[in-house]
Amino acid sequence: MSRPLLTVERLEARHGLLQAVRDVSLEIDDGETLALVGANGAGKTTLLRTIAGAHQPSGGRVVFDGEDVTWAPAYRRARMGIALVPEGRKLFPDLTVEENLRVATAARRPGRWDVDEVLEVFPLLQPLRRRHAASISGGEQQATAIGRALMANPRILLLDEVSLGLAPVVVEGLYRSLAGLSEAGVTIVLVEQDLSRAMAVASRVVCMLEGRLVLEGAAGELTREQVTEAYFGLAAGGAR
Amino acid sequence: MSWIDAVVHGVLLGGQYALLATGLSLMFGVMRIINLAHGSIALVGAYMTFLVVEHVGISPYVALVVVIPGALVVGYILQRTVLERSLRAGDLVPLLTTFGLLIVIANLLQYFFSPDVRGLSSGGIGTANLQITSTLTVAWFDVLVLGIAVALLGGLDLLLHHTQLGRELRATAADPDTAELVGVNARAVYAQATAIAVGTAALAGVFYAMRSNFDPTSGPTELIYAFEAVVIGGIGSLWGTLVGGIVLGVAQTVGAQINVQYFALAGHVVFLSVLIFRAVRAAGGVRVLRRAMS
Amino acid sequence: MEHVLAAVGVRKRFGALVVLDGVDLSVGGGDAVGIVGPNGAGKTTLLNVLAGSLSPDEGRVELLGEDVTESGAARRCRLGVGRAHQVPRPFGNMTVFENVLVGAASGGGGGRRKAYERAIEAVELCALEALANRRAESLGLLDRKRLELARAVATGPRVLLLDEIGGGLTDAEAAELVATVAELRSRGIAIVWIEHIVHVLVRAVDRLVCMDQGRVIADGEPAEVMRDAKVIDAYLGTAAA
Repeated sequence: MSRPLLTVERLEARHGLLQAVRDVSLEIDDGETLALVGANGAGKTTLLRTIAGAHQPSGGRVVFDGEDVTWAPAYRRARMGIALVPEGRKLFPDLTVEENLRVATAARRPGRWDVDEVLEVFPLLQPLRRRHAASISGGEQQATAIGRALMANPRILLLDEVSLGLAPVVVEGLYRSLAGLSEAGVTIVLVEQDLSRAMAVASRVVCMLEGRLVLEGAAGELTREQVTEAYFGLAAGGAR
Repeated sequence: MSWIDAVVHGVLLGGQYALLATGLSLMFGVMRIINLAHGSIALVGAYMTFLVVEHVGISPYVALVVVIPGALVVGYILQRTVLERSLRAGDLVPLLTTFGLLIVIANLLQYFFSPDVRGLSSGGIGTANLQITSTLTVAWFDVLVLGIAVALLGGLDLLLHHTQLGRELRATAADPDTAELVGVNARAVYAQATAIAVGTAALAGVFYAMRSNFDPTSGPTELIYAFEAVVIGGIGSLWGTLVGGIVLGVAQTVGAQINVQYFALAGHVVFLSVLIFRAVRAAGGVRVLRRAMS
Repeated sequence: MEHVLAAVGVRKRFGALVVLDGVDLSVGGGDAVGIVGPNGAGKTTLLNVLAGSLSPDEGRVELLGEDVTESGAARRCRLGVGRAHQVPRPFGNMTVFENVLVGAASGGGGGRRKAYERAIEAVELCALEALANRRAESLGLLDRKRLELARAVATGPRVLLLDEIGGGLTDAEAAELVATVAELRSRGIAIVWIEHIVHVLVRAVDRLVCMDQGRVIADGEPAEVMRDAKVIDAYLGTAAA
């Protein structure tokens, strides 16, 4: 595959009066796992949402699989193969776990993912099929949210802070599943505050600060110092 | 009439309210739209049936076969043209829009059908009675209406809980933005919900017309009772609408038993009490309210 | 008086989630304290507990030596706790001065004349004189933030709680915001500033507190705290072995 699966060109996005994403350009290849890191408010969530169509850009382009989707509504992007696991999971609370999964067939995409496949990746959900989404634990909700995105048989999976508010051992399990997905060839973009986890699963890392990309590189090549500097915008000594 | 009579008749009355309230509850539950024109739409259903009956000479029951599908289409179009835009314009705009619709409908009906009072024949069933006990008699027609209300609600329940459309409807109702992220076309879903709501309104309107006389101004009064039924039963709960309708009906008939003039008032009092109780509970209870005001 | 505002042993949970796990924080008169920490650390919850919009499950909040844990936000405002919010939402069709006057009149107490004087002073302190008669909705981001500060200052606070006000500004604008905050501090108002944009914060405060998972994990001089391995680990995850 010569051309990238997803291209973001000079993207700009506002959040009220704030410029949340400034002149961001990025390419993601089929099968890659990209980690997007940065402090809160850096623009990571807005970037993912703009790619998924949940947020309107104020400039620039989003090109998916050769097609300009910058103005396509979110549901069309989902039907084209872009799946977002939103920050805070956003499960449908009155629907059961199974119903949450099955709703995503609205994306009308054929593929290997169905309820049984999802339950194989997340066996902890097996006994919870009929439980209301609001009544299960945070880790179980996160698994359901990822499973729901998978049910849309996506070509690219966007994950926004899946480890937030979860116990470390639960996060371990989630990341094992993510590593499995990555190995199976699913293209993943992962927003994560915990850098070590992100770097362990990703092949490439980009760092955002106040809306801009300030660092980009292969996961194995970046040092912790480089990332820390980019993350806080503080050069050694605390000045900027 | 004895108290038991009053309660039984109240329950049957509740069936009528529930039938009309279903569409209202659906639109609010899914889209947060309070359709002030709901009663008027029901009335249009009655008038359309009247037209079909007049020109084709069939019974109103058979005319439903034509009127209901027509209502579904009208509902879909209504959402995609007028209501969708209103939703985008702001939270209170749909209220204004449907209010405008109410006025337009009332005037159009007046223009085309004159202010004359009309009625629909309820056929053989309309006059048949069912003897329950030596002192208690109810009209078969009322039982039929209650039965239809229950069947309708049951059907909708099935739709909502056992079909993909139902899942998409409930998901969109809970969180339209996230629903879009998983491939649900929220606008099409809303249009289908409005179609169903208008269809049920037309159904309710036809049965209303078979029970009482109607004229172009009949819409709003029935709307108030439907609205109260929805609130009493709990917003967002379909079966709650049935319960709400029955509670309202019983409150009214029991109130009338005390004093005929208390019919509507009794219903309103129960409605207000439920509203206040729920509002306080939603705010966190009396204790939280007191603290917030300190 | 040792402190202007203090949280003592504050605990707060939302259902099964423990958001504040025994937090002690003491702010002295004239202090400027910054609070940092990764997402979910409990910073905003702590601010809400200090401001009075949330009540703790355990522990207490003291303002000028008095236990105010049971008092709501409005009462605490009248007692001297001011708050500036992350997203400035001024009354759009009122002028800048009118917006500030609302704060002065309701939060500050005293009569109309006093409120007016407080409002004028707040507008001057926050460098908004030139814009005083402009409609609030015509303001750009930096000026909106200044207006938000002025509104809070007009209530006559002893301590000002700043909720992530640093976002969305250019370098030059951030410097101006920091200068405004410094001006407020020089008038004796203590500052507590929650912020994600660390490099802006460290220029404005002389004490930095880092929170993680509901606890304070570092408290001291800003540059030192930002070099503390515990703090970096909290943000970036523990360094891989």
